[in-house]
Amino acid sequence: MASLIACPHCGRRPKEEFTVKGAALARPEPQAGADAWFDHVYLRDNPRGPYQEFWHHTSGCRRWLVVTRDTATHEVEEARDAALWNRETAR
Amino acid sequence: MTSYRLSQGGLIDRARPLSFSFDGKPMSGFAGDSLASALLANGQRLMGRSFKYHRPRGVLTAGAAEPNALMTIGKGGRTEPNTRATLQELYDGLTARSQNRWPSLDFDIGALNGLLSPFLSAGFYYKTFMWPAAFWEKLYEPFIRKAAGLGEAAKESDPDSFEKCWAHCDLLVIGAGATGLAAALTAGRAGARVILVDEQAELGGSLLSETATIGGVPAAQFAREATAELEALPNVRTLARTTAFGRYDGNVFGAVERVQKHVATPQVGRPVERLWRIVAGRALLATGAEERPLVFGGNDIPGVMMAGAARSYLNRTAVAPARQMAIFTTNDSGYALARDLEACGVALTAIIDSRPEGAAPGLYKGQARILTDALVRDAHGGKSLSAITIARQGRTETLRLDGLAVSGGFSPVIHLACHRGDKPVWSDAQGAFLAEDRKGLALAGAAAGLSGLAACYEAGARKAVALLDQLGIAATAGSVPTVEGDIVAPATKPLWSIPGIRGKAFIDFQNDVHRADLALAVREGYAHVELAKRYTTNGMATDQGKLSNVNAIGLLAEARGVSPAEVGTTTFRPFYTPVSFGALAGSSHGKHFQPVRQSPLHGWAKKNGARFVETGLWYRSAWFPRTGETTWRESVDREVRTVREAAGLCDVSMLGKIEITGKDAALFLDRVYCNGFANLPVGKARYGLMLREDGFIYDDGTTSRLAEDRFFMTTTTAYAAGVLNHLEFCAQALWPELDVRLASVTDQWAQMAIAGPLARTILQEIVDEDISNEAFPFLGARAVSLFNGALKGRLFRISFSGELAYELAVPAGYGESVADALMEIGKPKGLCAYGVEALSVLRIEKGHVTHNEINGTVVPADLGFGRMVSAKKADFIGKHMLAREGLTAGNRHQLVGVVPLDPAASFRTGAHILAKGAAATLENSLGHVSSSCYSPHVGSTIGLALVRAGSSRHGEEVMIWNGLRGEYTPGRLCDPVFIDPENAKLKI
Ligand SMILES: [Zn+2]
Repeated sequence: MASLIACPHCGRRPKEEFTVKGAALARPEPQAGADAWFDHVYLRDNPRGPYQEFWHHTSGCRRWLVVTRDTATHEVEEARDAALWNRETAR
Repeated sequence: MTSYRLSQGGLIDRARPLSFSFDGKPMSGFAGDSLASALLANGQRLMGRSFKYHRPRGVLTAGAAEPNALMTIGKGGRTEPNTRATLQELYDGLTARSQNRWPSLDFDIGALNGLLSPFLSAGFYYKTFMWPAAFWEKLYEPFIRKAAGLGEAAKESDPDSFEKCWAHCDLLVIGAGATGLAAALTAGRAGARVILVDEQAELGGSLLSETATIGGVPAAQFAREATAELEALPNVRTLARTTAFGRYDGNVFGAVERVQKHVATPQVGRPVERLWRIVAGRALLATGAEERPLVFGGNDIPGVMMAGAARSYLNRTAVAPARQMAIFTTNDSGYALARDLEACGVALTAIIDSRPEGAAPGLYKGQARILTDALVRDAHGGKSLSAITIARQGRTETLRLDGLAVSGGFSPVIHLACHRGDKPVWSDAQGAFLAEDRKGLALAGAAAGLSGLAACYEAGARKAVALLDQLGIAATAGSVPTVEGDIVAPATKPLWSIPGIRGKAFIDFQNDVHRADLALAVREGYAHVELAKRYTTNGMATDQGKLSNVNAIGLLAEARGVSPAEVGTTTFRPFYTPVSFGALAGSSHGKHFQPVRQSPLHGWAKKNGARFVETGLWYRSAWFPRTGETTWRESVDREVRTVREAAGLCDVSMLGKIEITGKDAALFLDRVYCNGFANLPVGKARYGLMLREDGFIYDDGTTSRLAEDRFFMTTTTAYAAGVLNHLEFCAQALWPELDVRLASVTDQWAQMAIAGPLARTILQEIVDEDISNEAFPFLGARAVSLFNGALKGRLFRISFSGELAYELAVPAGYGESVADALMEIGKPKGLCAYGVEALSVLRIEKGHVTHNEINGTVVPADLGFGRMVSAKKADFIGKHMLAREGLTAGNRHQLVGVVPLDPAASFRTGAHILAKGAAATLENSLGHVSSSCYSPHVGSTIGLALVRAGSSRHGEEVMIWNGLRGEYTPGRLCDPVFIDPENAKLKI
């Protein structure tokens, strides 16, 4: 009912303020090829355990975050700004 | 009516008598009574009829687990069905009604179901009522519903208010008995932020029903002193009448506080219930234990009661549970009741102890006959207990009495510890399921299997110290006060089945599941605990099996010859007890259900006589009827013709508006639109198509370049929020290196479309700049000065209608006055207000698409926008998936126009298109009509349709088939642009 997300900008806020987009995946390079794009758009892992997702603090700071959530327990391990994630991870 | 009230004792206030009624009968009680205790005091044992067999039922417990004494409280919109009389505080004027009986509680025709019981056994839903199938809906289901009902919800709306709130604490203590009070005192004295919740009206838990003394004072007084100390501490919040109903991730607990459910007329301005979400650093479950019933014949007859409940009625509310009692116990706790009954002068015939060795030596010093190694086999009586049959060492004996208290041991209340999927563990030593401490959560006292007040107090304090230590808060447990008269009942071997039973022996009282049902489930192969639950419905009532589940598991284990550990439990889920919809909805009802969005031009539309239509949260002006017009179509046709012949003004403020700035704004737009924007000159607008990454169209709109580094985007009304979220995602998560800023300005601008051949003439009167075709051509976009410099606005020469048209944006606060001025100026030229209905007709006539066509299955080429998609750009959202074979195939559904062959005929949106002569089947459907309207310009109904290979089928005769209404309209496919295909009107 009521998980709290520790937004790096706003602090711990109720999940109702957020919108989830799904798996946090780096966008392929334009020339990555049809298979890579197909994977990116349609194929998702469904792990039991920690999973990185894009969450938007829609009713808060309006920043996109990368939230690490345990799919079995819903425990949120980490939430970081997606721009930071992009610079450090997605490249 | 004889009173069962004792002349002294208890926590009731005899100086405050309260009157109430039950099934219309006036009765009286005292402040401090529960409805159940007051009914018992008035001699009202019969409190309800059972679910399936309509058996007479009395109160079994004194708390949250009550399965029998469910009543309807209150009147009108305040009617509350299925209220547990055990938790309902008595108030003056309370009206209670029994449920599930007809015509009356005393004489209930449904009791005949008892005679039909062979047909109502386990699985009866799946057997007796299966055939013939048609009977289910017409006969069986209504019959079962009527016969096996709970209370009825009120038809009136609830006049009261509810609210929701959050709270944060270091330590949440759930349950305010000896354990919980000790924990809260320990943590509170250490300065920790503490929240203590308890479902009862008063903190104290079982201390309020105790005769022991703690620290030299009666247990109840000790509880009141502890409560007073806690309430004086600024770092402690105590919440009585509050049930913690669920544990969620992040150690967040849901709790519902019944703020004003114990008063006749709730104060206005305060909620009747409050839903708490409590974020707990650590939580301690001090939820106690539930006493287990014993499964003998007639164990549901009014007068049979849990021993702990009997003790509570006796000690807390000074009510004798009966005139002549016996106690049937498997453990020492039954002897505490024996002692108290005798102290109050209630006759106690016998104690029937299932153990060969009986009670601990010296525990009981009273006069009652003690029968060890004995079992109650059957209880007798109709609406009230009259006798019991005891089996002892091969012989039976019948005792005449009117009250039997039962104790089958204790099940710790571990629900909240198991709400996150953790499984309870069977303990042979405890004869019960226990829960383990978890991250952030511990159990203490009776909830952890302890017995005795001193042991519970000590454990509560000790566990609080340990939990606070995990948070770095130092606390000390202090010494345990001396307890006199403490009865410690060591766990004993559970007693599951009793041999030789004659009558129905109930396991689940609320759902009328008895022992034979469970045996049948086992025989028929449904012995797995989850299957047995569904097959028999054991544990599926509103009490969620609080009294029945462990007995059912024990009996299943016995039948299968395994340990209860092997049988396991069913899954624990919130809610612990039922929570009202009102509490969950909070303030989100009535006008607070959702916000209303009104355009800055709402007032203008209103005074022009608009009829409004709800579009999402918006109220949009739909049409503007004039005197003499009797149907909406008359008004819409007139508005459409006026726009085509003179001019109209339409409110388009609700389109999404996004300001996009930054040195990389043009590059950013190039990446989010499939067509090019980098080369858009300053002062120009361009239609843009935004794709999803999978290549399908997401949204469309126009975007104008106001400066090198400043763009103004419009989106569709429905996708305004979604597009901004999407753009923010692109800017932040995909391309954070781009210098681009986004701001929603939807509410900052009032925007109006002025369309029609006379639009320029009218507008020029208020626009200071030259807006001639030469100075301000089609797709121009610029800041303008209005009313001789009085106001700044923005003007866009764009057209949705196909006519010479402009959109004028002015700061929201000026919208109404500007629209008024334009109406005034335009009046002599025939300017009219037009609404979204006319807007829609105009756009269908022009072949413009909306989300009727952009329905998630179309790519640009499907709508004739194939050439818009940039081939030059290396990358944009959707580019890479758009090239897929299936999205470029020639037989895709493509946009076409459709008209009826007979102009007098019509068709509707959603109708299928069939090839001429094809059978009307979905397999033969070539596509569907996505938009339709009556076109005054064409003089018939027209439509836009998505049809297989539609762009190459213009001129083909088809059948327009509406299968839902059985309508067949011969038609012809055509170009989707019905008006001015050369766009000459746009450029005049
Ligand atoms: Zn935030």
